[in-house]
Amino acid sequence: MAIPLIEKTARNFVFTVQDYSIFAWQALMNLFRPPVYWTEFLLQSDIIGVGSTTIVLLSGFFTGGVLALQSAATLSAFGATGVTGRFVSLTMIRELGPVLTGIMVSGRNASSMASELGSMVVTEQIDAMRALGVDPLRRLVTPRLYACIAMLFFLTIIADFCGILGGAFVTKFMNNLNGTQYFSEAWEFLRASDITQGLIKPLFSGFIIASVGCFNGMRTTGGTEGVGRSTIQAVVWASILIIFVDFLLTQVMLTIFR
Amino acid sequence: MNESAQSSPHGRAALADENAVVAFRSVSIEFVLPVLRDVSFSVAPGETRILLGPAGVGKSVLLKLTNGLLRPDSGDIRLFGEEIARAPEEMLFPLRTRTGMVFQEGALFDSLTIRDNVGYQLIAEHTPDEEIDHRVHESLRFVGLEETFDLFPGSLSGGMRRRVAIARALIHDPELLLYDSPTGGLDPVTSTTIIELIMKQRDVRRTPSILVTHRLQDAFTLCTHRFDPGQGRMTSLPQGQSDAGTTFLMLEEGRLIFDGSLHELVHSEIPFVREFLE
Repeated sequence: MAIPLIEKTARNFVFTVQDYSIFAWQALMNLFRPPVYWTEFLLQSDIIGVGSTTIVLLSGFFTGGVLALQSAATLSAFGATGVTGRFVSLTMIRELGPVLTGIMVSGRNASSMASELGSMVVTEQIDAMRALGVDPLRRLVTPRLYACIAMLFFLTIIADFCGILGGAFVTKFMNNLNGTQYFSEAWEFLRASDITQGLIKPLFSGFIIASVGCFNGMRTTGGTEGVGRSTIQAVVWASILIIFVDFLLTQVMLTIFR
Repeated sequence: MNESAQSSPHGRAALADENAVVAFRSVSIEFVLPVLRDVSFSVAPGETRILLGPAGVGKSVLLKLTNGLLRPDSGDIRLFGEEIARAPEEMLFPLRTRTGMVFQEGALFDSLTIRDNVGYQLIAEHTPDEEIDHRVHESLRFVGLEETFDLFPGSLSGGMRRRVAIARALIHDPELLLYDSPTGGLDPVTSTTIIELIMKQRDVRRTPSILVTHRLQDAFTLCTHRFDPGQGRMTSLPQGQSDAGTTFLMLEEGRLIFDGSLHELVHSEIPFVREFLE
């Protein structure tokens, strides 16, 4: 009983990965063949970028604050509270900024993409679009994909900046340490390679969020219940993939920028 | 196909017609279970084919196969003379712009206004705004809903949404119309309005079509009436007469068991057809 079930699950998983790869590749390549829906790209950039600014800003600020609180508590044991700024800025820029922004935007946008496209599938709007001679992949998926990649890049910069500010706020007003020293440490030990690492990751996260969200939405079956299922799967898989790809990228970049 | 479908004079003529708008040859498709099995028929220019059968028999699947929204597991489908069963999706988009499809629940884009829904194809083709407005007004006037131009689909009733869907399907002057249960779930008055619109399109513009329905009354109304442009409404044909260009197909458990005229349908000896009619 168990072996056929494992075989079936494994086969489904392989087919799903294959379908996802083809789907994501076609969505990416659509940018290089007309028609390209630039208006839809701008609209999605507004929804993903401007719409996510508040949550990214707040989560970045408080993450930086928590980092400053925790690190100062640990570093004080070694009399090294002065390096809090260095610790916060490096952690935010290299790791937490990109990953947290990815997770936050995934919760907000992978879910909305999956539910929006899923609803369109179950109400036959996707079929209607195809019947009207318009490619849904080109019209709906490609603009979301590139908008998400572009916006995540800028949102990560905002998260990094707010995180460092949050750390500064805690350092100055709660830990009563020297704010100038915090900024000086945060800036002086920052290398171009750190910034490069931190800004390459959101490009991958943006791709993952949009492609996983749209893929799950477009594969929706089973009416409104199916839309809910697709939404959950989109957020779960996007979050897992963001952390997994972050792990791989960190390994690769540590080797490159050693 | 069974004996009746093969032996029908109409069916033989249509199968032989190289100029058929749509031609199915031994088409089969399954989703876990078989849905359509060895289905063959064709639609001639100017012809209206009414596809009958109980719910869940594969009528909507057959319609979606016609414009390539679904692909068959075996068999050939020709649309406007082009083989589409195995054609790449990109090749199908230009072909689909030559067809109009009305979905069961209308399938209007709920985030767009009625103007943008009806003019969707024209917007995609970058037609100038003035021309889009003009043609959308013209199309909405055809279905009697010009006042809905600026509204959203959510504010329309079920019947109005179907009529808007018909306007959307007609705006590009399609060479083939596909109606998927356009009167399903509607009250008799609204159903008659929709049937009258379909008849108007058939008799005024002579557009070939496939109409899926399980409502016999709608099917018989289409056969026994014609649209009178002078009076602007449908009128009965003389007793015993029916529209020669409107013929029937019937599915039973995925097989095409009947292909013929109204006269052949009502005199058919096939048990399932008799049961369905009674």
